This record gives sequence, structure tokens and C-alpha cells, in this order.
Amino acid sequence: MIILENVTKIYEASNGSVTAVDNVSLQIKEGEIFGIIGYSGAGKSSLIRLLNGLEKPTKGKVVVAGRDIANIKGKELRKARQEIGMIFQHFNLLWSRTVRENIAFPLEIAGVPKDQRKKRVDELIQLVGLQGREDAYPSQLSGGQKQRVGIARALANNPKVLLCDEATSALDPQTTDSILELLVDINKRLGLTIVLITHEMHVIRKICDRVAVMENGKIVEQGEVLQVFRQPKQEITKRFVQQVVEPEETKETITHLLDRYPNGTVVQLTFVGEAAEQPLIANVVRQFQIDANILQGKISQTHQGSYGVLFVHMDGEKEEIARAIDYIRSQQVAVEVITDAR
Amino acid sequence: MLANLLPNVEWDMMWAATVETLYMTGIAVVVTFILGTILGLLLFLTSKGNLWENRLANTIIAAAVNIFRSIPFIILIILLIPLTKWLVGTMLGANAALPALIIGAAPFYARMVEIALREIDKGVIEAAKAMGASTATIIWKVLLPESLPALVSGITVTAIALVGYTAMAGVVGAGGLGNLAYLEGFQRSHNDVTFVATVLVLIIVFVIQFIGDFVTSKIDKR
Repeated sequence: MIILENVTKIYEASNGSVTAVDNVSLQIKEGEIFGIIGYSGAGKSSLIRLLNGLEKPTKGKVVVAGRDIANIKGKELRKARQEIGMIFQHFNLLWSRTVRENIAFPLEIAGVPKDQRKKRVDELIQLVGLQGREDAYPSQLSGGQKQRVGIARALANNPKVLLCDEATSALDPQTTDSILELLVDINKRLGLTIVLITHEMHVIRKICDRVAVMENGKIVEQGEVLQVFRQPKQEITKRFVQQVVEPEETKETITHLLDRYPNGTVVQLTFVGEAAEQPLIANVVRQFQIDANILQGKISQTHQGSYGVLFVHMDGEKEEIARAIDYIRSQQVAVEVITDAR
Repeated sequence: MLANLLPNVEWDMMWAATVETLYMTGIAVVVTFILGTILGLLLFLTSKGNLWENRLANTIIAAAVNIFRSIPFIILIILLIPLTKWLVGTMLGANAALPALIIGAAPFYARMVEIALREIDKGVIEAAKAMGASTATIIWKVLLPESLPALVSGITVTAIALVGYTAMAGVVGAGGLGNLAYLEGFQRSHNDVTFVATVLVLIIVFVIQFIGDFVTSKIDKR
């Protein structure tokens, strides 16, 4: 659906040039939700704007839905953009238009006749759950409602691709979740390909099938979300994964625990997928002569399955503990013996 | 009673002068609105980072706007005498004031239009582009509607300035309340005529301001 080949975007500024996107190659499949995560300044905003021609690449090829976005202009580009919806962090609604009129705007651009426009707007209002607010102005809506209008507007012309530019970054956690659920729902129901950029791993975890991690204009890591959660390779990816799987105070707690339990071993167990749902600790205690004490843990739900981290203190004979750890490993759970919180 | 207090005021003349002032202001406001909006749009669109970014065109338009905005109005009228004679055929009467009024006010209003357009959230323009809007669509459906309250309050200020300009134009023979106050009031030392003409100008200004504020508050949904 989307192919990027060796795409580079360089901005010429008065004090030298800035490489925002550096030789990026990506393939995004039809119907998937693809996330691009990075801190601000990583180049993800530029990257997503290359996909609908709001920015032109300095080098490389951008193909979206079979169209060579980088090399088309004028009417052809405008036509292509009608097939690529986009939603924004700050919603970017027209304050002078009501909900209904905002959603009708892309239809006006596409030249849809008035009676069909009305019908389509009604459908979209149903789809995003804004019944009863049709004639409100954006200033009378909450952030979540504004983003719903943004989504309805982006879907008006039945696009093949939806681009989300930090679409939930200005929303509170609950509203974020409801917007993310709406996106998944749309993805399933309409088979729409969704590309989103964010700096929140929570968003990736919740809805993405695949993720690319961006740093200094480059894609440093990409893969299935669960795979990336299980084995983050780059330092930056590890930090993003920590954002969601470890409670904030983990490090302090572990240091404290190591001081309190000088005997025995503290281990970090990482479960992925089905392993997270097995009664593993119970089995360990039953089969081996050790005491196991769960210190802290968290299981997160990703779009593809669960992912959990558990900190366990084991006490008993050294050899018995070693055997227990081997057993746990054999159950496809990653084990890391913690001797130091850092 | 009124005749005793204001012995020299001839109400027919006063009414005729008021109509002339309203006529000059009205026509000038309409043309200034159209011309100023076009100039303001050009200033905005050719500026850095916008749809028709063009440094040369922007510099030229900005220079022209600044020059005409800087010339004191009374001097502008004199400078424009040849143009006015060619366009209107005479230097007397309300129509003769129009070229100077419009050329004096349109650049002033163009700057206000430019400021109003710059206040529009860039994200909204980007969103329209992302939807595949053409430049014409962006102008008609985004730029103008989104800046309308500022455009209306700007034309209100401009209209009030134009009432003042008509009074000056009146001194050089264009008619209206300014002309009446100068010829009948000042030169013949009939202070009551000057007084009544001033009160009428004030009423016109208040009414314009009231209408402007009312319309602005009606259309502003922010």
C-alpha cells in the first residue's frame, strides 16, 4: 500500500541544512496499523507529510496506493490527496463551520453534489458517534469530540490510507483510549491502512500491528509490535518499551529489595503472548524446593497479545534456584537475574 | 426653539451634505473592501512560507502599500488631481473625492487584511491542503471565512477613518459635511453650523462602529 525507497528530506536553512529524514525505506501493507515512534525532532512529522505530498522528498521514492506521490503535481496530486485522509494533533477544524459543515468540507472539495453530501455526512456522524452534536461549532466541543470530527472529515472521501499526526497527544488518557478504539474499529470495519506517528509507546502498544522507531531521521528498528516489545535492540527502543511495561518506580523498588533480601536471587521474568497466561510461578514452587515471592509485576495488553514483566525473589539452595530458572526458560519466558537495579 | 439655538443652520443643506458624506463613505468602503482584500490576500499569499511565496512580488506590493499608506491624505488628494480629472472629469462634487478616498484607504485596509490572514492557524490551511483543496478553494472556503470577524472589524475601523477623510476631501471642494462645516461654518463664522455638522459626523461614526461590532459578534463562533 505504501512504499518508501531511500527517502531523504533535507531542509535548507540560512545556517546550514537539516536532514529531517535520512535514507528511509519502509513498506506498509494494506489494512495494517503501522506506528512510527520517536521523540520530537526525530523527523517523524516530516516523514508522515511525505506520504501525502505536503512535503516533497529531496531524494527517493514515495508510492502510496499505487501513486508516485513525490512526482505528481497540481490536479493529480489533489486527487491523490483525496484518497489519503489525515488527522492532526490540534484537530485543525474550521471554527467558522459547524460539525456537519466541517465534515462536508472534503466532500465539497471533491465536488460531491449537495444531497449526497448530506447523506454521507450523516453516515460519518454515526460512524464516529457524534449524533446530537451536528450543529455545534468546534468551540463548543471537547478535545475528544473535536478529534472525532477530524476523523469523520478524514474519512469522508473513503480514503485508502489514514495518516495520524500525533492524533492523541493533546488528549487526556481516557479520551486517548476512546479515540484509539475508534481507530481500531475503523481499521477493522473499513479495512483502512493507518499510519500513525507518536511519541507515546502506549499508543503503539494499544493499536499497532507493526512499529518503526525513528531517531535522528533514521529508522533504527522496526518489526511486529510484540517482537519489538520482547526483544528491543536499540537503546532508544528499550526506553520506549520501558515507558509502558515498567511502573515508574521500578528501579527504586528493586534497589530497595536487593538491600532487603541479601539472600537468594531477584529475577526479572518477561512473558510474551500465551506464556503470560500460564500459572508459571505456581508450577515453579510446586516442582522445586524454593520459595518464590512476587515483588512487582505488570501485564500490558498489546494489539497482538499480552506482554508482561514480573519481578520475583527466589530463596533456597543455589542449585535448586538455577534449576528453577532453567525450567522457567524452557517455558519460553525470558529470565534476567538482577544483581543491580541499574 | 431649535431655530433660536442654531440660527444659521439650514436643514436642507445640512441633510444634503449628510447624504453626500454617506454616499462618499459608502462607495469608498465597498471599493476599499474589495481592493484591500485582494491586496491583502496578495500580500499574505506571496509572503514567506505561503501558497504563492514570491519574494519579488511581495516586496513590490508591500512597497506600493507602504508608500500610499504613508502619504498624508490632504497631500494625496492634491497629487491625485490629474488622475481624478481624467477619471471623473471634474474636481468638484462627491464623485471627485472617490479616487483619493479609495487609494488612501485600500492600502491601509490591505495591511489589516494581511494581519487578519496571518492570525489563521497554519494547521487549518495545511489540513485543507491535505484534503486536496486547490488554492482558490483555500482562499474562498478557508482564508476568507476563517478571518471574517477580523476583516469586518478592520473594515469598520477603515470606514470610520474614511468618514474623516471625506471631511478633508470636502475642504478641497468635494462636498459633504466637512465641506459645509468649512465653507458655511468656519469661513462665515457660523459656529452653530460647524457644531451641527460635527454632531452629525459623530452620529455617523457611532452608527458604523455599532454595526461593525454587532456583525463581528454575530459571525465570530470561536
